Amino acid sequence: MESLRAVLNSLFDSFRDLLPIIVVIGFFQFAVIQQPIPNFGEIAIGILFVVIGLTLFVQGLNMGLFPIGETMAYAFASKGSIFWLLCFAFALGFGTTIAEPALIAVAEEAALVAATGGMIVDNPLSRESYAEGLRYTVAVSVGIAIVIGVFRIVMGWPIQYLIIIGYTGVVIMTAIAPAEIIGIAYDSGGVTTSTITVPLVTALGVGLASSIKGRNPMVDGFGLIAFASLTPMIFVMGYGMLV
Amino acid sequence: MMEILTNLLYTIMDTVWDVLPIAAIIFGFQIFILRKPIPNLKNILVGFLLVLLGLAFFLEGLEAALFPLGKLMASQLTNPEFIAPDSHQILEWWDYYWVYLFAFSIGFATTIAEPSLLAVAIKANQVSAGAIGTWGLRIAVAIGVAIGIALGVYRIITGTPLYWYIITGYIVVLTQTMFAPRMIIALAYDSGGVTTSTVTVPLVAALGLGLASTVPGRNPLLDGFGLIAFASLFPIMSVLGYAQLSAWRNRRIQKLSTQ
Repeated sequence: MESLRAVLNSLFDSFRDLLPIIVVIGFFQFAVIQQPIPNFGEIAIGILFVVIGLTLFVQGLNMGLFPIGETMAYAFASKGSIFWLLCFAFALGFGTTIAEPALIAVAEEAALVAATGGMIVDNPLSRESYAEGLRYTVAVSVGIAIVIGVFRIVMGWPIQYLIIIGYTGVVIMTAIAPAEIIGIAYDSGGVTTSTITVPLVTALGVGLASSIKGRNPMVDGFGLIAFASLTPMIFVMGYGMLV
Repeated sequence: MMEILTNLLYTIMDTVWDVLPIAAIIFGFQIFILRKPIPNLKNILVGFLLVLLGLAFFLEGLEAALFPLGKLMASQLTNPEFIAPDSHQILEWWDYYWVYLFAFSIGFATTIAEPSLLAVAIKANQVSAGAIGTWGLRIAVAIGVAIGIALGVYRIITGTPLYWYIITGYIVVLTQTMFAPRMIIALAYDSGGVTTSTVTVPLVAALGLGLASTVPGRNPLLDGFGLIAFASLFPIMSVLGYAQLSAWRNRRIQKLSTQ
């Protein structure tokens, strides 16, 4: 009985998270575009799916992703090997980004832009190799970002100095990179961090900051995602200049 | 109904495929480098399974219900016939007011439903021992995304260069950083990256593409990009601003109570 109530409660929470989208789309459909909702039944089932999905996700977050991220952070901290910790950080950043569906889509579009802009020969083969090169570039840059971020947590450096360096890098690259690549490069920063990576990486950072003496999990634990969305911009503009 | 179920199965398989490299890295390091048994292994595996199933249901539900409608809406709202039905006048940027309103509200609404942001908000709430409320953070971020996307839409309509806005944004962020409470800074920078994933990106991309292909003089390939960049920059400002505001309010309350 108690657990049933807990399930209903979390289902209700998920529904509340979804409510703004339903209201916005409903309002524009009826009041602005003034059209009835097509295939209502399918949409109701879809909404039900989203609510169930969000509930399961949050449950799994607290049972699986958060604990494993923190356990590994503690294990690395007690092992004391910074080399393996940084290897793990790189693997996590690279491995989670290379297969990211949003990135694959962006890379294909970028290849199209490059081909239309005359930066590469316009045929399927060269477009594909351009897109693949771009994906590897972004994945390597996210790997490096997590390495830098983890190293910062270990050393306890204030995040803003590194961010200033990153911003300066973006500004300099913007000035010298071809104009066609800039929009894609700026967007690639936002699409790299997937829904599974974010909780893992966050738990890793917070876990590290709480297991290393002198670090504060709130001040030092966050910030890994920030690097992961900054370095791809610099690297993609660099890729646009080289290819 | 049958179709949704088969699609769901495919989505589950896709999600498994996405998670495999992550699982391989985690368990590989655990077994070969750390060489320690994982405590509560059973719970963690069940947790992974729930995350997988949850994401599959979530994506499939969005794909079946909200994305088609939202994308259609984005293209209808940006259609010149909708914006100026009865005249051949040259459209000015303010004629697109419904588009701005849509950009603002869809940015806000999709951010509230974004699972990665929810994860970070839960963690921040745990770490700060409740000082940072999950709703407070999410609403601050959502307002940032809403403003960012509305401004990004304005940029596409006017055709001004993207980097002006981004560089100005950087200067504002760095100025705010100097005055913001220290404990919020890293979290604020993080909230820029987590806002744009599963829910926001497809709808916002549809909006950008719709605008760039209908506004005269815009090239969808070049001008359609950039909305995501706005959506990841502005939450940093709004979260820093939110923290500054609450710090200022606390100081004022303290001042009043000591007087």
